[in-house]
Amino acid sequence: MTITTPRAPRTEAASARATSAPPRGSSRRADTRYALTVLCFLVPSAVPMLAFTVYPMFGAMWASLHEWNLISPMTWVGIDNYVHLIQDRDTQDAFAHTFYYIGGYLPLVYVGGLALAIALNTRLKGRNLLRGIYFLPVVTSWIAVALVWRWLLNPSSGIVNQVLAQIGIEGPGWYTDPAWAMPSIILASAWKDLGFVMIILLAGLQAIPQDLYEAATVDGAGWWRRLFSVTLPMLTPSTFFVIVISLINGFQVFDQVYAMTGGGPAGASQVVVQQVYDLTFRYGAAGEASALSWMLFVLVLAVTVIQIRGQKRWVNYA
Amino acid sequence: MRNSPKLIALNIVAVLGALVMFFPFLWTVITSISPGASLSSTPSLIPENPSFSAYTELFANTPFARIVLNSLGLAVATTVVQLVTSSLAAYAFSRLPFRGRGVLFGLYLATMMIPIQVLIVPLFVQMKNLGLVDTYLGVLLPSVASAFGVFLLRQAMNSVPRELDEAATIDGAGHFRIFGGIMLPLIGPALATLTVFSFMSSWNSFLWPLIILRSAELKTLPLALAGLQGQYTTQWDVMMAGSVISILPMVALYLFAQKYVVQSVASSGIK
Repeated sequence: MTITTPRAPRTEAASARATSAPPRGSSRRADTRYALTVLCFLVPSAVPMLAFTVYPMFGAMWASLHEWNLISPMTWVGIDNYVHLIQDRDTQDAFAHTFYYIGGYLPLVYVGGLALAIALNTRLKGRNLLRGIYFLPVVTSWIAVALVWRWLLNPSSGIVNQVLAQIGIEGPGWYTDPAWAMPSIILASAWKDLGFVMIILLAGLQAIPQDLYEAATVDGAGWWRRLFSVTLPMLTPSTFFVIVISLINGFQVFDQVYAMTGGGPAGASQVVVQQVYDLTFRYGAAGEASALSWMLFVLVLAVTVIQIRGQKRWVNYA
Repeated sequence: MRNSPKLIALNIVAVLGALVMFFPFLWTVITSISPGASLSSTPSLIPENPSFSAYTELFANTPFARIVLNSLGLAVATTVVQLVTSSLAAYAFSRLPFRGRGVLFGLYLATMMIPIQVLIVPLFVQMKNLGLVDTYLGVLLPSVASAFGVFLLRQAMNSVPRELDEAATIDGAGHFRIFGGIMLPLIGPALATLTVFSFMSSWNSFLWPLIILRSAELKTLPLALAGLQGQYTTQWDVMMAGSVISILPMVALYLFAQKYVVQSVASSGIK
């Protein structure tokens, strides 16, 4: 994602401002009118953006330095919230579970999405229909989908365990079993996001020039060789995008956890954002919750910046 | 890569995979029309006594009709507001040079990386101070501006030839005329994409409405669905009926606008 800002040709008003001639009455009036026009276009979006995104961002920073239960006045505690959170066992667990989620989810959607993209990048009949089906879960609500997955994975009468029983396997307790709660969430998340990853990789595949494959074939490269020497290197920009987006979203995982397990059983799937929510609205520790959300934001920012810095080493831009 | 046996194998996997991917939807619908689907009985693939009793139950004993309207109203309002604010700002970023424009646009892009979770505590306090807890305005306000929308529409406007607005300027048209008469009609596809994404994100949004809305009759679909789990712990037919009601409009909208959605997702990865 490189963002280019093409230089716009200067409008009359702008060039009038740029000339060093002392402003005469009429051109100053033109300047004012131009400024008003710009404001008319900008204010409806910029003011809410400042009021409800930028300002609360710093509000959270301020709150993170206080002890505060949302009701009584804030008490200044400096960086105590951060110190406490870093030493806190529950916070460490929440981060560990979040990493567990990302570690299971990302390889699954990437490899699955890649396989599908390669399979659908051919003249297969009904390709558009298949693509549509794979993309369908992307547009659905997490809460509805989580409910559906709780039903599919229901330990006693869910269809998955029923089918497993048919072939002689005793299915696990899925979201009711601490060891299986996170795998259940990962499975449902991969199902939901597979189509999104597939569409991005498919677009990347279609941008690879065919003559590269022809040249590789002439050189005697087999199918796997072409996959590793042509497809994957040429696909690195799309791969990079998928990884950046998936990590940003992965660190913020919440809806599916809230609706499938609520962080349970016994805190086995408690993730960072769920912890922010619980700290604020269950334990009345809004200061600590703000500190935790800032820690998460800085972590996401750092991971993203490191990826953007490091992309030169492995991403091939044509 | 033609006619390779591995490719044929991949194709078969893709078809089987699609069946597996689609099955949860099918199963949801089947369960919703199989009365008495519960912990003790798994419905069969072809329902024996199909009935809409779960839907009747939902609409008779919960304020579900009202809840669907709440979600619809909020989604329409969010979409309209975001279309207006985003297209106006996108025009400024595309056509109106001013000092600090690059910095301001960079700031917009940066906010796309801020998760709503970082904002919830101070936003909640802000809404409380404004007296907007448990109101639709409280749900709506934080999504009045959309950085994604501004970005998307600016890209579209940048690809509109500047000769068109120059010609209009010579004819005496001001910026508002150019915006409404030339720009908007020419970026139709991008507006359609934003419409789908805004509607979708509002219809599916959960965390913020969960925090702001308290009264049962104000709640939106995702909130009501999460609540069904407590009310109908083991009546899966009723819960699946609720899921169908939440999923169906999005599926319809998606089928209607598939081209725009897929195109915009696909192009986001290439840039």
